[in-house]
Amino acid sequence: MKLTLKIWRQKNAEDKGAIVDYPIDGIEPDMSFLEMLDVLNEQLINKGEEPVAFDHDCREGICGMCSLFINGEAHGPDRGVTTCQLHMRMFKDGDTIFIEPFRAKAFPVIKDLVVDRSSFDRIQHAGGFISVNTSGNTIDANTIPINKHDADMAFDAATCIGCGACVATCKNSSAMLFVSAKVSQYALLPQGRIEATDRVLNMVHQMDAEGFGNCTNTGACEVECPKGISLENIARMNREYLSASLKG
Amino acid sequence: MAQSALLNASILKKVAMALSGIFLITFLALHVSLNFISIISEEVFNQASHFMGYNPLIQYVMQPVLAIGVIFHFVMGFILTLQNSAARPIAYAKYNGAANASWTSRNMIISGLVILAFLGLHFYDFWIPEVAYKYVAGTAPDATRYYGELVHKFHDPIRTGLYCISFVLLGFHLWHGFSSSLQSMGMNNKYSRSLSRFGYGFAVVVPALFVIIALFHHFNN
Repeated sequence: MKLTLKIWRQKNAEDKGAIVDYPIDGIEPDMSFLEMLDVLNEQLINKGEEPVAFDHDCREGICGMCSLFINGEAHGPDRGVTTCQLHMRMFKDGDTIFIEPFRAKAFPVIKDLVVDRSSFDRIQHAGGFISVNTSGNTIDANTIPINKHDADMAFDAATCIGCGACVATCKNSSAMLFVSAKVSQYALLPQGRIEATDRVLNMVHQMDAEGFGNCTNTGACEVECPKGISLENIARMNREYLSASLKG
Repeated sequence: MAQSALLNASILKKVAMALSGIFLITFLALHVSLNFISIISEEVFNQASHFMGYNPLIQYVMQPVLAIGVIFHFVMGFILTLQNSAARPIAYAKYNGAANASWTSRNMIISGLVILAFLGLHFYDFWIPEVAYKYVAGTAPDATRYYGELVHKFHDPIRTGLYCISFVLLGFHLWHGFSSSLQSMGMNNKYSRSLSRFGYGFAVVVPALFVIIALFHHFNN
């Protein structure tokens, strides 16, 4: 395959950045998108040019590290996949492909296609946990009966890998899907109910403080989420938040 | 958590937006019902309009509440839109919004601005003359004038066209607005799905009735 890549290049956080064109040839349809970028970087290094910086780690769709906004969509045109699971067979010979970093005020660009998603970590630190005494008297979680439906929904919410595709694809850069998944995975389980009020208030407060936009329920986040996190989680978080606000 | 932090919370703003939207949807149902009477019976339409125009509860309680609801919905809409724009200071070079969300959901501000412009025309056509008639000129009540005033406004094809275009955009706004307000208020279950389907029907039927009423009076008179 012969392609024209239009890649966002930015030397550092202070640099203004711009789209730069890179023609590339010899790309196999069975290559992953990140392998295609590896090929490009080898060529750039051989020419003595700066390779394109991009995030990646497990390359198995588990870690949530790879990002990239490809041809106007988070993780590219395929559904239910991260960028490392996206293959070049999704594109045609001769295509022009735009490759940009995830864009949001709360995800500042560090270099080229690498963004700082530590705002998600700070939201998690604000309440995405349960407090358990681990001194040796901890009750085995399996001894607490949990409704199968609730357990399944909690597990579904817990599959969120925090990649940030929801923020990147939302026209408002809203983080509601991510935060609601983290709130839901605890709110649905008895162990999480104890701190539920403080959790939702603190996590939403941190989300707002980070500068994410408001949810307008377009549903784009659910479509682009590589783990299929449902919008039901956002409705649940709204209920949890309203209830917690009334409790104070 | 401080009260100020709660009042500024994005979720509470969205809930307030949803509640004001549901209130305005209820008002639309009443408005279209009254207007539809005009194509059935001139006499009943005049009676209903006179009741609405001179009932103290409607004039001095419901009308101010409605005005507050409309102003709140628009002001909050603008505030949320500005915040959302600030959340992405650098736009994408290529953004394929149509790949994952409907036009109506992505362009509520556009349909909302058209409705705001329409409200300006609507106030110029009906509300300002009504206030001038009753409170500036102090003219004695006339329970037979309403039908004639309504029909007169739809003589002009341009005005009738502008009304119809606005009603189509109102339909787009309602199409997303109804189900979105349920989601914002935390409703996402088997009942809300049925309610959303009702909302889609409402978004088609109510604007269509407004269009039919406008075209009926334009071509019938």
